[in-house]
Amino acid sequence: MSSSPIRLFTFAAPSRFYGLAGALTPWFWVATIALAAAGLYIGFFVAPTDATQGEAYRIIFIHVPAAWVSMVLYMAMAFWAGIGWAFKARLASMVARAIAPTGAMFTFVALWSGAFWGKPTWGTWWVWDARLTSYLILLFLYLGYIALVEAIDDTRRADNAGALVALVGAINVPIIYFSVKWWNTLHQGATISATTAPKMASTMLTAMLLMTLACWAYAFAVVLTRTRAIILERERHADWVATLAREGSK
Amino acid sequence: MSAFTAVLARDLRLAARRRIEALLPIAFFSVALSLFPLGVGPEAQTLRQIAPGIVWVCALLAAMLSVTQLYAADYADGSLEQMLLCGDSAVVIAAAKALAHWLLTGLPLILIAPLFGLLFDMQGDAIAALTFGLLLGTPILSLLGGVGAALTLGLRSGGVLLILLILPLCIPALIFGAGAVSAVVSGISPQGHYSLLGALLIVTALLAPWATAAALRISTE
Repeated sequence: MSSSPIRLFTFAAPSRFYGLAGALTPWFWVATIALAAAGLYIGFFVAPTDATQGEAYRIIFIHVPAAWVSMVLYMAMAFWAGIGWAFKARLASMVARAIAPTGAMFTFVALWSGAFWGKPTWGTWWVWDARLTSYLILLFLYLGYIALVEAIDDTRRADNAGALVALVGAINVPIIYFSVKWWNTLHQGATISATTAPKMASTMLTAMLLMTLACWAYAFAVVLTRTRAIILERERHADWVATLAREGSK
Repeated sequence: MSAFTAVLARDLRLAARRRIEALLPIAFFSVALSLFPLGVGPEAQTLRQIAPGIVWVCALLAAMLSVTQLYAADYADGSLEQMLLCGDSAVVIAAAKALAHWLLTGLPLILIAPLFGLLFDMQGDAIAALTFGLLLGTPILSLLGGVGAALTLGLRSGGVLLILLILPLCIPALIFGAGAVSAVVSGISPQGHYSLLGALLIVTALLAPWATAAALRISTE
């Protein structure tokens, strides 16, 4: 088995994915730390003070990356949950469940950092603006998915029911986004437009992109680690897990 | 089509035999709405302004609380499995069940909503817009609620879970339903809101029975 060449679905087997994820996780942690250090350094020491917002704008370096990552993670979660449901691919369902808490965490970070940004710049912690409200709903969709899969004891039913909820939510995300937008036209301006010289804007952009990559590396590291834990939990009766436990206890 | 009418007639007959139970969602709706003037204060101006929103929110909650029972009894006594096994499409059963739920809770809500419009001092044209919006919007709630009810069949905390799962999906109906009334009050045509509600109803009617059928299969396998 170990001598067979790597094919498209080689790592769809939980036992092989367990090894692969274990090998990759340390590298993602290294990337997280390196990228976050570089991004924070540029963000706090190289990027200049914003002309209108002062120092408060530096929240952008965590706010925007968290928002991007949380949105893409929802689509990834719905995608893998759907694959797991349609093709009975166990690993895909496990990955979907591993993504959910990280996505919810990033959504919460985006909302929370947004509140801290809103207080000094808009003078309020929260407005019922289109983007804020649809973000809050995204958090509810994540929480609904997590609550449903945790409430069902049967693993297969939990995975499939979660997939249905995630996919329905994915269809609804654009509908919710536009309905909320039409409901209240008060809207925040584009977040990336810096009014300073292009050279300064580019350092801000660099810091933000580095932080986005750092968030991605963190998301990969945590999701892979959580997937490994879920694999061990579900495959606890399999021989390879028993072998692993025996080797580990020696 | 016979399975559709059979399931529909059966649900309506069951409701007719437990009349008080069938009236509970309306009672909830009325009690919940009556709390608002006590909590917010009896100023007619304020009440007129918040009426469309709170009528819609109470309709949402009444629909979500009652829809948990849509499949629960049939699931508990095993008749749901027999229905799914009998060869008729689960989609047809899901559609009939959603229609039965709408006839039993949505329609009575629409009938008494104008009364609450008067209690909240709304104008005639605003009440008409509210009622028409509810007519287009409450079927969406029954259809989406069916998906949630099928997903949470037999779970320990099914009722609260259903609300967490389905309420975020009902937000567009709430926005356009309440928006139509605001449009009428401020002198704009509510046509756009009606069109969007109608579009949502069509999309939900096309997709929700299939999602409910899939959820029923997941929950009963």
